[in-house]
Amino acid sequence: MSSIYLSILAVLVLSGYFLGRARATAVAGGNLSKLHSLPAYHGLFTSSAILGPMLLLLVIGSPTVAHLTQSIALSSFPAAVRSDPLQSSAALRDAASLAAGQFAGQVTPALRNAADSLAETRQWGNWLLVGLGATIGLLMLGLTVGRISQSFRARNAFEKFVLVLLILSAAVAVLTTIGIVFSVLYETLRFFYDPALKGRPTVTEFLFGTEWNPQAALRVDQGDIRSAFGFVPLLVGTLLITTIAIGVAGPLGLYSAIYLSEYATPRVRSYVKPLLEILAGIPTVVLGFFAALTVAPLIRGWGQSLGLDVASESALAAGLVMGMMIIPFVSSLSDDVINAVPQSLRDGSYALGATKSETVRRVVLPAALPGIVSAFMLAISRAIGETMIVVMAAGLAANLTFNPLHAVTTITVQIKTILVGDQEFDSAKTLAAFALGFVLFFVTLVLNIIALQIVRRYREQYD
Amino acid sequence: MTDILASGSHLDAARLSGDATRAKIRARYRSEVRFKAYGVVAILVTGLFLSVLMISIFANGLPAFWQHSLNLELSVAAEDVDPTGKRDPAELRSGDYFAVARKALEAQFPGVEGRTELKKLSQLLSTGAGDELRRRVVSDPSLVGQTLQATLLLDDNADLYLKGAGTRIASRAGHGIVTPSAASGEVRILSTSNDFAREITAVKATLTDRATTLRVEAGRLERANVPETKQKGQQAREEAAALQARIDGIAGIEQLDDRMPSLLIAINGGLVKAESVGPAEIIGTTLLPLTSTGDAKSGDWRIVSYITPESNRKATDIEVAFLERLKANGKIEGGFNWLFLTGGDSREPELAGIRGALIGSLLTLLVTLILCLPIGVMAAVYLEEFAPRNKLTDIIEVNINNLAAVPSIVFGLLGLAVFLNSLNLPRSAPLVGGLVLALLVLPTIIIAARAAMKAVPPSIKEAALGVGASHQQAVFHHVLPLAMPGIMTGTIIGMAHALGETAPLLMIGMVAFIVDVPQGLTDSATVLPVQIYLWSDLPEPAFQAKTAGAIVVLLLFLFLMNGLAIWLRKRFERRW
Repeated sequence: MSSIYLSILAVLVLSGYFLGRARATAVAGGNLSKLHSLPAYHGLFTSSAILGPMLLLLVIGSPTVAHLTQSIALSSFPAAVRSDPLQSSAALRDAASLAAGQFAGQVTPALRNAADSLAETRQWGNWLLVGLGATIGLLMLGLTVGRISQSFRARNAFEKFVLVLLILSAAVAVLTTIGIVFSVLYETLRFFYDPALKGRPTVTEFLFGTEWNPQAALRVDQGDIRSAFGFVPLLVGTLLITTIAIGVAGPLGLYSAIYLSEYATPRVRSYVKPLLEILAGIPTVVLGFFAALTVAPLIRGWGQSLGLDVASESALAAGLVMGMMIIPFVSSLSDDVINAVPQSLRDGSYALGATKSETVRRVVLPAALPGIVSAFMLAISRAIGETMIVVMAAGLAANLTFNPLHAVTTITVQIKTILVGDQEFDSAKTLAAFALGFVLFFVTLVLNIIALQIVRRYREQYD
Repeated sequence: MTDILASGSHLDAARLSGDATRAKIRARYRSEVRFKAYGVVAILVTGLFLSVLMISIFANGLPAFWQHSLNLELSVAAEDVDPTGKRDPAELRSGDYFAVARKALEAQFPGVEGRTELKKLSQLLSTGAGDELRRRVVSDPSLVGQTLQATLLLDDNADLYLKGAGTRIASRAGHGIVTPSAASGEVRILSTSNDFAREITAVKATLTDRATTLRVEAGRLERANVPETKQKGQQAREEAAALQARIDGIAGIEQLDDRMPSLLIAINGGLVKAESVGPAEIIGTTLLPLTSTGDAKSGDWRIVSYITPESNRKATDIEVAFLERLKANGKIEGGFNWLFLTGGDSREPELAGIRGALIGSLLTLLVTLILCLPIGVMAAVYLEEFAPRNKLTDIIEVNINNLAAVPSIVFGLLGLAVFLNSLNLPRSAPLVGGLVLALLVLPTIIIAARAAMKAVPPSIKEAALGVGASHQQAVFHHVLPLAMPGIMTGTIIGMAHALGETAPLLMIGMVAFIVDVPQGLTDSATVLPVQIYLWSDLPEPAFQAKTAGAIVVLLLFLFLMNGLAIWLRKRFERRW
């Protein structure tokens, strides 16, 4: 159906362009310089005048038609079915598949009725939509082509249309943020305050509880279910893995950056920089597989040979590989800020007789410190939000431990575990994932904002 | 004044004690070298990690591109594939081609008759062994009733064995003249010389090891305070004592078990697995039946051992015997595993392929590209050229930078809540996956496009404005085309990022087990990284190779995309 609409749209838009251009050429009467705008702009303006209203009609019209069709079809079912959202959606699905001729179950008169009215109203609605769209398109075509004159400012009008498009595009990024905040915040608020939700914790219980067991919430009749949503073990697990990761990536990334920016010859730089870029480009699912398949057994083997009890999904393995993942973030950002330190500072230090390493340690690093701090913060926010490595290499059990050889779980692992599988939006378990997502979003956002502010201020200082 | 004097005298003192100064300078230079070495070490460690990663992935993954099959001559019996005899294509398609394959394999081992043995034999074949045959027969029904040469896919365990995940096989000729007591079933083989003395020694060595381990274990258990554990310890000590008695006893008949290397006798065209061994005799069962019960002369029979104990390998002795016989007869051939690239997902490792995931990735990326390239470029044009400098633009700018650093799983939550739950779009569909990934890479593309436009010198725009172009004409006709290579490079890198992204797609249900290759944007589909994740969770060892193989393909695509980006940058880079 929409294909018919879209092909009419395409035909009208194309013919609008050519008609508008031809009309403008005709109006000019052989002397194009008499026109305010080039003929092509008249054509483009005509096209845009058709495209805008017709697309708007499609976007508004087709959901309206779908909604109307459904409510009409639903009226053939008894009231009991209509009032229950689960039953009514099942009934609608049945009616739709019957109308499409793919229904396998028992056909009741009500269902047959509904399917017939569904098919009929949908057809009517769609034809109405096509008719209306075509009329509007032709109307706009007639209006705009009729308005074309020598003094008509088609370019300015078309450029306004383009500007609106540009603004809308830029707004998508903002809308995404708003979408994230609202969708996650809405479900989070439901998690804490929806009175219909069984087993919801209070905010304090969530933030300071030391036991995490969302599966317990499924068994409403058994025992104390409120204690299931304690956030602390996840926080500790996340911080433990992040600490290990930063412990690996911090020194390695920073020393690499110092070597690359202060010591390396351009030749070495041209080999090592792509190497770090390759590391940054490896998908995290690959790193997760590597952590689970190679690193974890290796660490377990070493630990056992030293007589240590190492879990097969230890925090250490996940942390080490995650550290490797964030090395490029630390090193490339630190490299940038170290390069941004003015040469005059270094020259001054050399003139006083300092060696290169003394210059780096006492002059360059202090001068670049804010930038390096922000590089670390961005790396930390990456590590906190990283999912696949920990999903594949860290555990599921929420142990409250600081021992890197034990299995811990993280915020992202729990979001993934809860949301893969059945997703009922009215269980505390599912909403808990959104609450975790909100915490994750909030923490990384704060880290990013602070880091980006520091970088910004720092750049201004030396520019 | 006093300060200067004081420091002056300090300098003098330093100059006077030259040794101390020189020592200090040496220390300073040493620390300089150390500092530089840290940098080198950091880079080397990173490089080491990267190479270990690559080597591990490729070593695990390359075998997945290789697959062993049987090449047998078989007759396509009409009773199996076309019982009605009408040569009807539908009828032919539903024929039992696995039975044809099984019978051809059984024909290779004429004397093998036991139920369990035949079952083991047919388990060497993949459940899809008849698929290739089916295709051939359906496309050419005249093959029914004929004898033809066919390639039959082997099961993943057999394939793994042939790829070297089995056992080392040692074999030596026997000295004495041996007489088997029967041609099949329980067999006793007597030799005229002490051919098996070496095996007896080996068995005793194994037993000694075992007894030692038991004693250590017993000692550990007996130290415990719990009475039950103590008792267990005592049991272990008794077992150890019993073992010791066997070791110390005179060389009689020794029982073998599956924790020792398997001992086999290849004699008269058959193979006997020893269950107990004496210095000059073997009692065991036939794995492959003997052709006769005649004597075998010295050098005509061989003592074979499968070094890895049976309990430590996937392939049992009889499977090893079958496969080794097939290999010796030249019936096994290896070839490039096309099925891995052209097949959909499957629960059987040897049949599982990545085509469905590749097509899913392609469709998803298509949606992503169509959405985020125009929107990203237009947003960049607006922010770079037309946006007024005010608070709102500032917020948009900060917002885009932050969005680039939001964890990807949060985008998955957005997709789940908005696209699936509110807009009721289909689950697991490339359409939704593409939408989510488009939002995910949009900031990257906007940032890259803005950087590319910034790199175009303002003089170009100013010249266009100077000859009377409107602002939009200057931007769209002059700045944007010159920025296009940079924008393309950024887009490709963004797409490569989207290709490797997994977490948000898990949230919108692209984790289902999907056998069919997706046909459209709203079909259920999975993508390559998710397929990797799914396979990595499966217990079969063959899937581990498949996972690494899929990773190799994914990395190949990423290298190609990044290579293209680098080539574009080199080819069209312009220094102003």
